[in-house]
Amino acid sequence: MAGRQIITTAQNTWCPGCGNFSIQFTLKSILEQREKDGKSLDNVVLVTGIGCHAKMADYLNVNSFYSLHGRAVPAAVGIKLANPDLTVICCSGDGDSYAEGLDHLVFAAKRNIDITVIVHDNRVYGLTTGQYTPTSPLGFKGKSTPAGTAEFPFNPIELMLASGATYVARGYTRKMDQLKRLVAGGIAHRGFSFIDVLQICATFFPAADYYDPRVYDLPESGLENFEAACIKAKEWDYSSDAKIGLGMFYTRSLPTFDRHMPVPVVTGADRDRAISELLEARR
Amino acid sequence: MLIGGRAGDGINNAGAMVAQLLNRLGYRVYLYFDYPSLIRGGHNFAIVRGSERYIGAHRNHVDFVLALNRETIDRHRKDYSPDTVIIFNADQVKIAGNGVPVKAILAAEEAPEIMGNSAIIGAFARAAGIAWETVDRVFRAHMPKGTEKNLKVARNAYDQMIEIHPIGSCSNPPLSLLTGNEAIGVGLARSGMDAYISYPMTPSSSLLHFLAEQGPRLGIEVIHPENEIAVMLMALGFAYTGRRTAVGTSGGGFCLMTEGLSFAGMAELPVVLLVSQRTGPSTGLPTYTGQTELHFVMSAGQGEYPRFVVAPGDGQEALHWSAVAMNLAWKFQVPAFILADKTLSEGTYSVDPALVPPAAPDAVPVWDGSGEYRRYSDTPSGITPLAFPGRKGAVVKADSYAHDEAGITTEEGNMVDLMTRKRLRKGESLARETDRYAGVITSGAGDAGTALLCWGSTKGVCDEVGEDSGLKVIRPVVLCPFPLAQLKAALSGVGKLVAVEENATAQLATFVERYGIVADKKILRYNGRPFTPDELLAQLAGVI
Repeated sequence: MAGRQIITTAQNTWCPGCGNFSIQFTLKSILEQREKDGKSLDNVVLVTGIGCHAKMADYLNVNSFYSLHGRAVPAAVGIKLANPDLTVICCSGDGDSYAEGLDHLVFAAKRNIDITVIVHDNRVYGLTTGQYTPTSPLGFKGKSTPAGTAEFPFNPIELMLASGATYVARGYTRKMDQLKRLVAGGIAHRGFSFIDVLQICATFFPAADYYDPRVYDLPESGLENFEAACIKAKEWDYSSDAKIGLGMFYTRSLPTFDRHMPVPVVTGADRDRAISELLEARR
Repeated sequence: MLIGGRAGDGINNAGAMVAQLLNRLGYRVYLYFDYPSLIRGGHNFAIVRGSERYIGAHRNHVDFVLALNRETIDRHRKDYSPDTVIIFNADQVKIAGNGVPVKAILAAEEAPEIMGNSAIIGAFARAAGIAWETVDRVFRAHMPKGTEKNLKVARNAYDQMIEIHPIGSCSNPPLSLLTGNEAIGVGLARSGMDAYISYPMTPSSSLLHFLAEQGPRLGIEVIHPENEIAVMLMALGFAYTGRRTAVGTSGGGFCLMTEGLSFAGMAELPVVLLVSQRTGPSTGLPTYTGQTELHFVMSAGQGEYPRFVVAPGDGQEALHWSAVAMNLAWKFQVPAFILADKTLSEGTYSVDPALVPPAAPDAVPVWDGSGEYRRYSDTPSGITPLAFPGRKGAVVKADSYAHDEAGITTEEGNMVDLMTRKRLRKGESLARETDRYAGVITSGAGDAGTALLCWGSTKGVCDEVGEDSGLKVIRPVVLCPFPLAQLKAALSGVGKLVAVEENATAQLATFVERYGIVADKKILRYNGRPFTPDELLAQLAGVI
């Protein structure tokens, strides 16, 4: 049986050289592999926010929920809670999940809900044409901060470790094999998976020349050591000049929220009976 | 009966027990609970009223006062007559009269302090001439914790008191006593609700608590997320997977939900919203009532899309219409509002389940599996058959952007036109459906030339005044799609129209002016306290 055509016929409007193409290719190959492995794509849901990253919902031929700016994560949480049998992949942006919807990201990690959040972290607002984001370096000159920002960026890796994420990784759109491993690992992980993807914005923050000489691969052992993960996370603060570790920071297995609170199915005559009993008890 | 004390004294529970005593005697009951926004201290009181007919308002006169402290007696003095029976905790109030030695009774029965209210209730029952068997039965049915000990405390006080003002009984069978929020929860459960998602906000929170407690028995998942924005988006996630979901909040929380509401309109995701109004603007009076969100709810959220709005007037209607709201939300894939207020949400009403039309989750159109599934395929009714993720062969794409029939984002003008008209047609289909319901209720004196125009929980006070004073009462219960033809029919023969609303700008009267319907007079109240029949009558005397 021929596999599903993973890419839709929607016209692609990302800029040439955009890092989103790498993430799209990553997801496409993961989905193709999933089908080859005999797993249906009918159970996959892609949730996106609003921003350049979010066009992924139009471009991938899978179930999708093209949400609001900052609201990819709460929608993804709702979808997973409503049907824990679905595989929920959530693409979000740095403006999306670190600014407008930060609270949802923190709470999703806190709950250890079994979804995978990929943050397309290009460290600039692309779709609104070039303002600073929560991960832009100190002094970033954007359209809303022409004199340069006066605030330090978040370190999303630290933030997610502190929030309770059980799979924390950082990828880079110019390291595609590693990116595929990190995303596939996140999807396979039972719990809240977070992958911050350093993404090139070809138009507003073409940082490849900065990243390329600084990135290195993190060791793949001792990943359950939280203190060690925190130390690794602090190595680069998204602003100062430092080596940039790519790969896994932390992972561990903990109970997930979506399998936590099973409510029995009570429908039809059973529910009618429960309602009658309730009303009778109020007499 | 007025039961008063400090916050934390268990006034609401004591009021509920008195309400059940009246219920058992065959009275239709209404309980009004008045409390400040704090946890301890401050003055709380409940007014329990019984009547042979259905009621939904409290009077200014009280027959019995159950005072747990001195402040209760002093504060409500204007509501007493020489016949008012005052029963009080003699440890707290040092006056002559019907004092109950609560401490001594608790000591004699070796009961903890928390059971003190049972002594007051026992004393009241005797003073009101209620047979001990009735007290015994009510305690056993409605006080599951420490029943025997509470009964001993109540009996001790009962035996020490004398009969003062026997209240008699009626021939009605007892009904179910439910708060408006509980009635809404039961109604939603009847129409197949799978999940309730809410962030606490008075006066909606008691529905969250009720469903959290009853959820396992009813098969309803209850989730309390990080804020109302998440509440709404999670609910839309649930709807996307085919699970029937409601959310609940008050005005401030609803402000945060409006972006998600507009998304529901665009992406055609069904959701039920309980918006229970309190006194605004802003934080306002958190624990007091108001009717200030009519315009807000009718037009909230950017863009244009159909919605259903219903404002039930009492517990009975809340039980009925909340089930309707859920079914309409799913049939038409629209947001459906239950617009309530503190009076309805937290007031207790006599509800007869036998009077509620049968409710069940209505079947919704689903994809027949042929061809390629398109989430927004255009149809004559505007309603697209549903498929949910996991359905074999379906790619289900929900989109907050303008989209084509497959759910792919578009900026193409013709497609935007097409999809806008599809949503509008869906609204027309919804209006045809809601026309089949009695969306405007008339009561009181049907042929009177003067009519009261009201909505929501002022049903109780207006019905009573209308009936007793020979006035017609016209009350739109469906507010959107607005049942204009029904309203015009109800207005036939009315020479003078008096709007009665608990807001400062007469929101319903202002709304119907666009249809050329002009209220001759407006009686408005906006201090957070609901109208009583006495107050409304007094104000009516000045305008008619």
